Amino acid sequence: MGAVAHVLAVSPIPARSQMGSSLGFHIILACLGIAFAAMTMIAEWIGIRRRDAAAMLLARRWSKVMAVLVAVGAVSGTVMSYEMGLLWPGLMGRFGAAIGVPFSVEGIFFFLEAIFVGVYMYGWRRLPPWVHWWSGMPIVVGGILGAVSVVAANSWMNSPAGYTLKHGKITSVDPVSVFFNAATPYEATHMVLAAYMVTGFLIAGVYAVGLLRGRRDRYHRLGFAIPFTVAGIAAPLQVMMGDVIARFVAHNQPVKFAAMEYVSRTTRDAPEWLGGILINGHVYFGASVPAFDSILVGFSPHTQVIGLDSVPATQRPPLDTLIHLAFNVMVGLGLFLFALAAWQGWWWWFRRRLLLTAWFLVPSAVSGVAAVAAMEAGWVVTEVGRQPWVVYRVLLVRDAVTPATGVPVTLGVILALYAVLTVVSIGIPMIMSRRWRRQPAAEEDADRVPYGPSPGWAARVGSPAPPAPLPAPTGGPEPQ
Amino acid sequence: MNPRPEAIAVGVIMFVVIAAYALFGGADFGGGIWDLLAGRTERGATPRKLIDESITPVWEANHVWLVFILVLVWTSFPLAFAAVMTALFVPLSLSLLGIVLRGAGFAFRHTAQRLEVQQLTGASFAAASLITPFFMGTVIGAVVTGRVPTHPTGNVLAAWTSPTAILTGFLFVAACGYISAVFLVVEAQQRGQQDLRRYFSLRATAAGALTGALAAGTFAELSGSAPRVFARLTGISLPLVAISVAAGAAVLGMLWLRWYHATLLRATAAIAVATVVWGWGLAQYPYLFPTSLSLAAASAPTSSLDAEFVVTGLAVLLVAPGFGMLYYLHQRGLLTEAESDSDLRQAAQVGPAAPDQPTTAAAAPMVTRTATGLVLAMLTIRAIREMLARARRR
Repeated sequence: MGAVAHVLAVSPIPARSQMGSSLGFHIILACLGIAFAAMTMIAEWIGIRRRDAAAMLLARRWSKVMAVLVAVGAVSGTVMSYEMGLLWPGLMGRFGAAIGVPFSVEGIFFFLEAIFVGVYMYGWRRLPPWVHWWSGMPIVVGGILGAVSVVAANSWMNSPAGYTLKHGKITSVDPVSVFFNAATPYEATHMVLAAYMVTGFLIAGVYAVGLLRGRRDRYHRLGFAIPFTVAGIAAPLQVMMGDVIARFVAHNQPVKFAAMEYVSRTTRDAPEWLGGILINGHVYFGASVPAFDSILVGFSPHTQVIGLDSVPATQRPPLDTLIHLAFNVMVGLGLFLFALAAWQGWWWWFRRRLLLTAWFLVPSAVSGVAAVAAMEAGWVVTEVGRQPWVVYRVLLVRDAVTPATGVPVTLGVILALYAVLTVVSIGIPMIMSRRWRRQPAAEEDADRVPYGPSPGWAARVGSPAPPAPLPAPTGGPEPQ
Repeated sequence: MNPRPEAIAVGVIMFVVIAAYALFGGADFGGGIWDLLAGRTERGATPRKLIDESITPVWEANHVWLVFILVLVWTSFPLAFAAVMTALFVPLSLSLLGIVLRGAGFAFRHTAQRLEVQQLTGASFAAASLITPFFMGTVIGAVVTGRVPTHPTGNVLAAWTSPTAILTGFLFVAACGYISAVFLVVEAQQRGQQDLRRYFSLRATAAGALTGALAAGTFAELSGSAPRVFARLTGISLPLVAISVAAGAAVLGMLWLRWYHATLLRATAAIAVATVVWGWGLAQYPYLFPTSLSLAAASAPTSSLDAEFVVTGLAVLLVAPGFGMLYYLHQRGLLTEAESDSDLRQAAQVGPAAPDQPTTAAAAPMVTRTATGLVLAMLTIRAIREMLARARRR
């Protein structure tokens, strides 16, 4: 309770909540923006290469879902850019010249992505197949590099470098050192892998549900196999990266690491806590593995792990319990996803068949949600763990927050708006999928005009591009 | 103190980007405004369809200009960015709300099939197209009149509610409607839809007249509220302002004469918008906030500005050809909303009748796979033992 009271006593709470909820919402769509195009392109590649109609249909439908989600992601990303200034003018005014560099680089990739999303999404019918396929490539490359750039800005906040301060003002900037600060390679890899895992497991989960419901055709098997394979390759890499990154954090931001692992006092033989609540330096209800934290940090039980007591109480992050439990959740879910991928991989390796039993498909169906939860938990760890600093050991959050009144209002609006957008963003793909299943093939997309004009409008207006004549009826709704 | 040449150059880049956003983003906002004013479902269907087709594949790319402006300003002029964002918290938040509602409404409208849902999402898109340019206009008005303090201690309501700022807001809305209507005339012309050409031609004329009137009003207002900017607008910036007025009038003349030359019409309208933006930029020089914050005092260290040049150069190299291709394909009608996938659905036989899983790849012999598995397991065990041994040795 002491921790909660401490947090509520600090003024930037509404601003921090708004930034947190905006990031929490945007990051899911950002993941889809980074990795969805890759999945679609794999399906399209199979479709073109093997003349596989099922793969082609998957690709085209995925790109329709992608069109909606990427648009919402572009908008929620703009919200983030605005909020950098609206909520944290103290940060931007002092350090904009440095932190702006990676954001500027991201601007290029955002441009590339947005341009080629327009070409890829709407070029299906009229562009030659391989030209169309290649038009998706800048989205994939731009997505990855854009993610690296934005994460570089976040890494800079964790590991500031490449600038000279004189009397509190930046006098010179080394753009390369800003971009490639110590934390960038770790954080950026972690995020890109996370994006591929989230996207892959989310899509695979949708088709796992379809398979569980008995739709075991090639369309559903491919729809499951492509994203699951991509995510399954990312999962073991992510587990390895996670281990490396934890050690990096232990050296680079020891206080954050201490909160993550409940290290109250600097010590050797530090135990690894699973679960538990930290109150006044004591862990309750947790299970501990003796000396394992020390082993993880330095491969030896005698490794010294720096504790929370290394800095005064005012410089420790609040909500240690939240940070620790979020870290546990992230690691636990990451290992669960890794196990799931290994299970399928094992089966494929020895049987050359997809494992599609209910025992496997039920956890796969929730793997997407698990991946999202793991990623959100990871962001909680890194963002709350950096408190009370906005730029680690350089600028306090309370010195960066806006003096403008009205943040509680915008926070309320953002929460309400994003609640609606979340429901709609989940609902729309579901509606689309139901429509695709229930509607006869011939009727699909026949009706594309805003506000649905009355029949025969094309004849009245003499539009040169009337909708394609409806093909002959194909025998009613498909029995699914 | 004179500003460094780098600062001036970044300022020039900034105003080029602002002009691009005013043109492309402005046209998309205008599309939303005409969508809002297109009337009842039945009557508004055909103009809405044209607006929709002209915006759909490009609006996202056009939107990025805004993000680029934000990034450019906060990197190159951090102090000014922080001050504007603090003092003008309210109108900026409202314009942001508009951006969210507009983008989401536009995206969702395309998937909605029920009329009521389409109307709801469409209304959100259209109404937001009105809100966003208006509040962006008030922000610019506040900056031009120099009412944004350099170190604000909170929101400054008076800054963006002055008559000049409010007038600028309306001016932005009218200008968006104008530029969009002109572009839509060309789109209708290229599709051979005469009645729509007439429809938007009338609206372009009306919006053009309104824009002119509002511009004159703002101009008159500026003489009192921002004397220095006014003096430069009627001095060094006068040629640019004159070109803008002439180009605006020329567009109206072309419409009146029914001379629908696609490139010429578009280019003239673009010149009208771009020159007035540049005229404003020149009139502000050498101040970011006339007359309290100068370009020299507000700009970032030279190395940051140099980074912006590199980024801009890369953007020109990478993004310009991309944009060229996007607009080319769009103009050629190669980017259309997906049509029916019925052919694929039949070919793929999506349905429950599934044969058993085909083995796509020939399975390697069992022996090979078991052997590989064993070798991998041994290597893993060895690596772990190695690690533990090293730990013990320490």
